Amino acid sequence: MSNILDKIKKAGLVGRGGAGFPTALKWEAVYKAVTHDKHVNCEIIDQKKIVCKINKMAGPDTIKNCYVVCNCAEGEPGVSKDGYIVANFIERVVEGMKLAIEYLGAEKGYLYIKHYYYEENKNRILKAIKNNGLTDKLKIFLKPIEVGYIGGEETAVLNVIEGNKAEPRLRPPYPTTSGLWERPTLVNNVETFYNVSLVAHDEYKGERFYTFNGQVKHKGVFKLAADLTIEEALKATNNYPNFSFFVQVGGDASGEILNQKQLNKIATGAASITVYDLAKHNPEKLFLSWLRFFKDNSCGQCTPCREGTRNLVDIIKTKPINWKVFMAVIEDLAVSSFCALGGSVPIPIKSYLANIKDIRNK
Amino acid sequence: MSKVSITINGKKISCSPEQTILDIAKENGIFIPSLCYHPDFCAKGTCRVCVVEVSGKAPLFPACVMRPVEGMEVFTDSKKVKEARDTTIDLLYSQHAKECPDCCQGNSCDLNDLAKRYGLKKNFIHRKKNRKTYKFANAVEIDGSKCIDCRNCIDACAKIQEIKYLELDRNGSEQEVIPTTDPEIDCIYCGQCAVHCPVNAAREQSQWKEVEKILKQKNRKKTLVIQFAPSIRVSIGEEFGLPYGEVVTGKITTALKKLGFDYVFDVNFGADITTVVEAKELVERLNNKKAVFPMMTACCPAWVKYVEFYHPELIPNLTTSRSPQIHNGGVIKSYWAKQKNINPKDIVVVSIMPCTAKKFEASREELFIDGISPVDYVITNREFAKILRSNKIDFAKLESQENDDVMTSYSGAAAIYGSSGGVMESALRTAHFLVCGDNKSGVCSERIEFTEVRGLTGVKEAIINVGGKELRIAVANEIRNAKKVIDNLASYDYVEIMACPGGCIGGGGQSIPTTPEIRKKRMEALYKIDKGKKIRKAHDNKGVMDSLEWLENNKIDHKILHTTYVKRNKNK
Repeated sequence: MSNILDKIKKAGLVGRGGAGFPTALKWEAVYKAVTHDKHVNCEIIDQKKIVCKINKMAGPDTIKNCYVVCNCAEGEPGVSKDGYIVANFIERVVEGMKLAIEYLGAEKGYLYIKHYYYEENKNRILKAIKNNGLTDKLKIFLKPIEVGYIGGEETAVLNVIEGNKAEPRLRPPYPTTSGLWERPTLVNNVETFYNVSLVAHDEYKGERFYTFNGQVKHKGVFKLAADLTIEEALKATNNYPNFSFFVQVGGDASGEILNQKQLNKIATGAASITVYDLAKHNPEKLFLSWLRFFKDNSCGQCTPCREGTRNLVDIIKTKPINWKVFMAVIEDLAVSSFCALGGSVPIPIKSYLANIKDIRNK
Repeated sequence: MSKVSITINGKKISCSPEQTILDIAKENGIFIPSLCYHPDFCAKGTCRVCVVEVSGKAPLFPACVMRPVEGMEVFTDSKKVKEARDTTIDLLYSQHAKECPDCCQGNSCDLNDLAKRYGLKKNFIHRKKNRKTYKFANAVEIDGSKCIDCRNCIDACAKIQEIKYLELDRNGSEQEVIPTTDPEIDCIYCGQCAVHCPVNAAREQSQWKEVEKILKQKNRKKTLVIQFAPSIRVSIGEEFGLPYGEVVTGKITTALKKLGFDYVFDVNFGADITTVVEAKELVERLNNKKAVFPMMTACCPAWVKYVEFYHPELIPNLTTSRSPQIHNGGVIKSYWAKQKNINPKDIVVVSIMPCTAKKFEASREELFIDGISPVDYVITNREFAKILRSNKIDFAKLESQENDDVMTSYSGAAAIYGSSGGVMESALRTAHFLVCGDNKSGVCSERIEFTEVRGLTGVKEAIINVGGKELRIAVANEIRNAKKVIDNLASYDYVEIMACPGGCIGGGGQSIPTTPEIRKKRMEALYKIDKGKKIRKAHDNKGVMDSLEWLENNKIDHKILHTTYVKRNKNK
């Protein structure tokens, strides 16, 4: 197998957790952080393999060098591709993790996975780990149920594994240089590791997993070309509605709302496409369901999210709705939030008001 | 480190890339509001009040964690910043109690000040109004209806003290700071949560109202005595705009007399008593082959509570000497009462302390003398300021007054009690005398200043010669540092521990803000007082030696000067 990093670069893999960060850059950043670390002496052998020796003189905490984490804990309503991948391609995912562990010379890998996904696929997961020779290296970490949506955020995942409260961390430092136990850590989505495995075998065809939801004939996860427009994706799955509709793309809470004329773009985020019946939907109910979700999943760290989401729920439930205060909180969330959860609250609200109907004027 | 050039609000600034935008702005006289930021902790960047705009970037960034890069253009007051910031502060302000008439910060906590500055109106529902107030003994409390979730109290408890008594319960807007239910963890009443709270939600359990009530009684039958701690004189001025570390002993006397206290006493007198009693015990232990070592100081009540709950096996190590406020109160209610021919039961002693744990100390039954406590009320420095303000006393403008009451004399050794290392240094000065007497030659060559025990360092160690005996000593401040000393106990003969950063000048009852920079200034002021005193050693304080002799002659010295300790269970 030739250099895995070159293959990832060549394939142009991007992270499939939702942010779309170039995978090769992330891997390189961790690699560099490990090799520059004074606690660890690393050698590059044949330009392919890195061998790291721990500098035992540097103190007791140097037993660890770096970690690989597979995030398999999607928490957004309307997205279920992580579960689908575990059920169908776990062998490939574990292989992808193995490649990362080998590339980085990582101390351990963690498969951070939802309880339910694990229970449903337990035997297959354990077999995959065994077959890849990772029984000692790869630990399964079940995502606690109570940590919710935020428990899937990259740095919150690290906190949970360390036994801390499920809250995002301040960046910088980024996990690539200071992740688990302050060691360089590679966190990738389960789909990203799956793609790494495909790339390694020259089988990657530029596809990704879409989740279809709402008023569609064929709900569920489909594997399609990653560069399809939303319209093409709906048509390819025979899900294009024959009624007036709008869609939410990238998650049923944080996804953007688009009208029928705006479907000529590529699905973003976690690539979920949810169809709503334009005539039958109730906008205030829809707003409330989004806001309640954000309120219930806010970690409580930053003011705009902790206080803002709660007040948005209160405001929308109190008639007449005080839109002026409502929008002030929305704007505050957009620019001041600590993490992407708070930052994404305005996305569905503002895009609905812009693309579907400005219900503030009624 | 090379400098970078940035602009803040158009002003060109050259700064270090290591600094934060918040610090850079402050240095350049540009105001950026902040709430959760405290220089004692790593910036958390969670309140989002200090957000600034960086040109070319869509989101705003918290200045407390943001670092400059070459060419960065920062705006602290753009429309975008103003709108977001006003909303954020109002979201917090709406969760803070409506009226704060009893607040020791006089309606002027960091949050209320910001709300006033930006003209905010509380646009949101006060969902916390029915939240509980958790009380920790009679010392500290946390009022959930005022809390703004900045978590500084949790940081103070977990990071300064490593006690971890305060925890977060639940998530999101339901989250609440609560005391832990872990039976192995208990509060030590140090009040570091309170002195780090920007909104007075964590605070002392106040007694200023009771004290004011007595002050305002017409035809008061009781004699009202007030005494103030060594470190109050270097911090109360801050509450009224005087520079950090300005010594205001004379103004305090004037203010207290003006308020109507019958007698104003100085706890420094009691500190000299403590030094003599403790130094005697040290020398006794040194001469006793069976004595327990290291001997440990016990004038910090938070440290005493820590030992009693977490390390009862160290109780024999604690000096049996009572603390300065208790010594002073005890001498007032015996020696002085006799001189004045007043029944001790008719004397009310109020202490002004930089401390919340002193409230707990005053209620300890082990310290009662014939059924009464040497000290009746303890108010913090903040409560003192509250009383001054509510009586419209413009402290800064007061004349200084010499205090001619008895029991106000003190040595330089007493003055430094408020600083970490001060008790040790004072005891060493007197122990030296107790061993050597007037002999000042050879191993007895005189030493007054023990600079190796001074300063804000967490653990200070030295080997000190006391009349030919080599004493291995350690001085620690903050419980996390005390833990290091406890882990290494066999290495020491004499140990001083103060629970708060820097000692009492960083106490839990001190003025807000208390920061490393401010602690340093208060500390320097104490050593300046010491240096300026003619009498630098406790045993040279004639008033103290007279009172001790009287106690001895009347055979009540033991019950007034010494105490016992008990193994404590949680919440006891």
